[in-house]
Amino acid sequence: MDQKGITLMTDTRKPILTGRNLVKRYGRVTAIDNADFDLYPGEILAVIGDNGAGKSSLIKAISGAIRPDEGEIRMDGELVHFASPIEARKAGIETVYQNLALSPALSIADNMFLGREIRKPGFMGKVLRKLDHGAMEKMAREKLSELGLMTIQNINQAVETLSGGQRQGVAVARAAAFGSKVIILDEPTAALGVKESRRVLELILDVRSRGIPIVLISHNMPHVFEIADRIHIHRLGKRLTVINPKDYTMSDAVAFMTGAKAPEPLAA
Amino acid sequence: MSEPVASTPHNDYEKVLKDSSKDVASFDHDTPSALHKFRHFLHSNPSAVSLIVLVVSLIVFGLTLGGKFFSAFSLTLILQQVAITGIVGAAQSLVIMTAGIDLSVGAIMVLSSVVMGQFTFRYGLPPELAILCGFATGALCGFINGVLIARVKLPPFIVTLGMWQIVLASNFLYSANETIRAQEIETTAPILQFFGETFRIGGAVFTYGVIAMILLVGVLWYVLNHTAWGRHLYAVGDDPEAADLSGVNVQRMLISVYVLSGVICALAGWALIGRIGSVSPTAGQFANIESITAVVIGGISLFGGRGSILGMMFGALIVGVFSLGLRLLGTDVQWTYLLIGVLIIVAVAADQWIRKASR
Repeated sequence: MDQKGITLMTDTRKPILTGRNLVKRYGRVTAIDNADFDLYPGEILAVIGDNGAGKSSLIKAISGAIRPDEGEIRMDGELVHFASPIEARKAGIETVYQNLALSPALSIADNMFLGREIRKPGFMGKVLRKLDHGAMEKMAREKLSELGLMTIQNINQAVETLSGGQRQGVAVARAAAFGSKVIILDEPTAALGVKESRRVLELILDVRSRGIPIVLISHNMPHVFEIADRIHIHRLGKRLTVINPKDYTMSDAVAFMTGAKAPEPLAA
Repeated sequence: MSEPVASTPHNDYEKVLKDSSKDVASFDHDTPSALHKFRHFLHSNPSAVSLIVLVVSLIVFGLTLGGKFFSAFSLTLILQQVAITGIVGAAQSLVIMTAGIDLSVGAIMVLSSVVMGQFTFRYGLPPELAILCGFATGALCGFINGVLIARVKLPPFIVTLGMWQIVLASNFLYSANETIRAQEIETTAPILQFFGETFRIGGAVFTYGVIAMILLVGVLWYVLNHTAWGRHLYAVGDDPEAADLSGVNVQRMLISVYVLSGVICALAGWALIGRIGSVSPTAGQFANIESITAVVIGGISLFGGRGSILGMMFGALIVGVFSLGLRLLGTDVQWTYLLIGVLIIVAVAADQWIRKASR
């Protein structure tokens, strides 16, 4: 399908992350069927689609959780193959999972540095492997204040003592803290109340204003239309179209998503 | 927090929020009750409960028994009696913190001690080498446990229940149920009894086994709190999936924990030779249950991810204090078991109550 007309507004820039002709089959089920994907610098790209459209498989392929059978993923124009989420993370793709992947009994600082702890310099760190708690706490505090999350008083309190929105905040701060190039957010507002959702949406806009592009997977149409720069609509395992939320209504998007209406190839 | 710019409503249904209170996800700032504060303190210091129980029981027995109990000799005797339980309990603590359980600790301990003894006396190896072989045996048993649990994904309870039987049976088959007598060891390979040697400071009598337990617990406390491996161990016990997504290699973590547990059990096996003097394949039958008791009374959660190794040592000491105290009072030994049973249940109930502090 020709999408040049639709993605016209971003044609002049180079995408930071692209997927081309991605295919993933599970037995006889094709979860991703020749799907394409583009993410441009500094944008919020929402990915929407009906249940079973394959959007989570697509996101997993990009974040390294699954390996596509065919197709190529390029980051900054270079071909990449992620064998695990850890490899994707090393390349700068941070994913905030729906279940947040936080350890409830560990502190905020411990969670932010889980898997990439800072050790003390010199003998204590090299030989005795001693962690630099002070440096990690300081950095965690800085990152949380940058994102306006310092209602959290004590960086050493266990994550389980935080509210849902605060936990989401910690997870997003962790993703934004480590010089990441792309942040993928999976249903960040699904488990939150109205006010906490608002806070998290602000946080997402805040992260974008620091120049980090964001992939947002969400079922919440009002949230998607409010903060997304472009909306990638996934249907039957492939990218159906990409729309500008300013040009379409939510009902249009739902109609595309469910197949009630076909997008006009050149509408822009 | 600066007033967020985007607080102006974007969607119709949010307009009604305009007049609602603006504080988002903040904490209750009203002063918590003393009880609540106490609970929060216990929540952030998981070994405090067992320390309090230990101190209280020391005071109670000290007041009722006087100098007979409250002497350097009696108190260090308690340490000597809990040294083996404490060492095995350290291995058990690591495993239980990963939300597992190791029923084979006692069997691994005995097999390792038998290997140390038999390799010296049956094959004539230098005792130092035989001791290394004992450690290798412990590590191998732990490795088998770890692989079956982490890679084959069998439940720890089942794997270690099976290994308990397998290791214990191998121990009897290999040793042909023979005991190596203490005098033999003393004359040809005294290093095997190293941890039984005593030294005195005033009236206090210490064995190297006691020192080994205290050093081991100290080192593990450092490792658990101040190294990445330790933090990962808690994370794996807390929520393995979250740990995995955060970049912790959960399988490798679990295998390393079970291997380390096996090595610590071998150390306990060496200390066991010192304690009983001889190498006996029938020794240490209850080490697994005693170690689990120490861990539970020490406030380490059986659901993983919470607790302090210091708590385990306090738990082992509580059992030791009760045993000696009640014996000196001249009560039937069954009272000791009865009270320890009560303590186990109270400890788990207290753990549940403390955890409510987080909600």
